[in-house]
Amino acid sequence: MAFLKIEHLEKSFGSTRVVKDFDLEIQKGEFISLLGPSGCGKTTVLRMVAGFETPSSGAIVIDDKDVVALRPNQRNIGMVFQAYALFPNLTVGENVAFGLKIKGVGKDEREARVKEMLTMIGLPDLGNRYPFQLSGGQQQRVALARALAIQPHVLLLDEPLSALDAKIRVSLRTQIREIQRELQITTIFVTHDQEEALSISDRIVVMNGGVAEQVGAPFEIYNRPATRFVAQFVGTLNLIEADVIAPESGTVRIGTTEISLGRPLKPGRVTLACRPEAVSLGLAEGRPLVLHAEIGEVHFLGAVIRVQARAGRTQLSLDTFNRPDTPPPAAGDKVQVSISPADLLVLEA
Amino acid sequence: MGSPRFWSWAALVAGLLYFFLPLVGMFEFSLRARRGEYSFQAYTNVLSDPQFRETFMYSVVVALFTIVLGVLIVAPTAFWVRLKLPKLRPVIEFITLLPLVIPPIVIVFGYIRLYNTSSWLPLTGTAMGTNILLTFGYSVLALPYMYRAVDTGLRTIDVATLTEAAQSMGASWFTIITKLILPNILSAILSGAFLTFAIVIGEYVFAALLNRPGFGPYMVWMGGNKAYEPAALAVIAFGITWACMGVIQLATRLSKHNRVQR
Ligand SMILES: Nc1ncnc2c1ncn2[C@@H]1O[C@H](COP(=O)(O)OP(=O)(O)OP(=O)(O)O)[C@@H](O)[C@H]1O
Ligand SMILES: [Mg+2]
Repeated sequence: MAFLKIEHLEKSFGSTRVVKDFDLEIQKGEFISLLGPSGCGKTTVLRMVAGFETPSSGAIVIDDKDVVALRPNQRNIGMVFQAYALFPNLTVGENVAFGLKIKGVGKDEREARVKEMLTMIGLPDLGNRYPFQLSGGQQQRVALARALAIQPHVLLLDEPLSALDAKIRVSLRTQIREIQRELQITTIFVTHDQEEALSISDRIVVMNGGVAEQVGAPFEIYNRPATRFVAQFVGTLNLIEADVIAPESGTVRIGTTEISLGRPLKPGRVTLACRPEAVSLGLAEGRPLVLHAEIGEVHFLGAVIRVQARAGRTQLSLDTFNRPDTPPPAAGDKVQVSISPADLLVLEA
Repeated sequence: MGSPRFWSWAALVAGLLYFFLPLVGMFEFSLRARRGEYSFQAYTNVLSDPQFRETFMYSVVVALFTIVLGVLIVAPTAFWVRLKLPKLRPVIEFITLLPLVIPPIVIVFGYIRLYNTSSWLPLTGTAMGTNILLTFGYSVLALPYMYRAVDTGLRTIDVATLTEAAQSMGASWFTIITKLILPNILSAILSGAFLTFAIVIGEYVFAALLNRPGFGPYMVWMGGNKAYEPAALAVIAFGITWACMGVIQLATRLSKHNRVQR
């Protein structure tokens, strides 16, 4: 039985449908990310769950109760915003205590809970500071503590890390995930950063144009994208044009090489896709698709070396691990690259 | 010689002279109530005049009520318009500007017509009723200043997000306005309150035509009947104004959270 159920959710602003037939079931304690490009409706979905927007139609059920008719202050939902939204006139401690006070929690219990929350986010000594005396990362952690202090049913985060710089973004997302796991709180996390979504989610909802294109675990989304959009939006992708020469057996011709994909295809031209890490430099066992390529840009990233190569009209991106005994290829080198048919995705148009 | 620095200083000095010379002149004049010597005689006369105290206290009380009424009307309205009806803002702004365009005399005659003793709501029938009418009238006069001050204050905080954050924690509208919005725009409200105070203290037309014992009519009466006392009165009025300004500065400085980088 799902803890949070969104059924046939729709939202229109005027005549524009911003969210279309959106369905989602979230288990208790699950960490779900909504991932998609700007304007695809992530925030709108989140705001409907929080109660700040009224759905045009559809149902939102939390813990077996339809909450659509409830006002935001009746839903018991914790919310973290991109802009922190700490109350500037209250100290950090007072900010965290705000929701508890409204709930009528007594003074002693309140203080204990504030202390516990501030310890949890790693800022036990900053209770008497004002928000303007904190860094962005600290403010966002206080915002998280404030949202969690009331022990909400569901935690909603709308791009909470977007305003922070790269290093803090990575450490804070790990911390958010740890806290979420510890409290076992059902969480929806909105982001347009695929790496963020892939690294911390139990499941990801990839959205495009108000529609949920695919829902699945990060491994599934990345390796078995259901649509062309998902394949291209999540991760880097090499696109290879091929001619289908035997549709039943799935045999295609790429350049001068013919290989069988082992699954039936529609006749005509087809676009194949593969991840950079599925393309190897040189020949290898089990990689019958071989292309002759010329090396272009070489980006040495440390553990990984990302190489751009051109094979005929096909632009390829390939990742190899750094090996201290093998220097990376240089621009202009003529090389052979090989791919396993199992790693080739067939993109429907 | 003709350096820009020299000219900017010259401009500043000229400006200060232009501003302060009349004040100095007035102050000097107010000290000459006794022939042949400087004294505070005129001030003593003014301050010991029971009429001065009565009219001044009357106007202070009316000013305080006007401020409370003004804040109660303006703060929730400006908040709501910013939050839910941003498209209505130009309209509301226009309405709040009307008191600057319509002469007070027109407003007050309108009031007298609407609320006279033979009307549906005979406010002018009793002293208290007229006091209430006067307070209402003053909050209308102060509307342009109060609204602008409060709206500027609201602009410095992210009203929409703060409201939503509070709502998600269970806060009601009343809590949001009293615990979050008002404290965060306190210095803006104070400056609106100060402007209201200054307007009400010196206002003449409303008080005179509604026949209330305000400080404005007293000053006018004084000006027509005495020589040195009006100057002393003016200096006192300036003193009060500047004290108010000082208090506002102090209040802004003391509210700790207001040092947010904007
Ligand atoms: N109040 C509103 N009135 C009219 N249109 C709106 C409103 N709110 C959102 N929209 C529109 O709905 C669409 C989805 O907006 P939404 O904010 O949900 O996108 P998002 O996925 O969160 O994008 P971003 O990553 O930029 O935050 C956008 O095209 C936006 O212009
Ligand atoms: Mg958004």
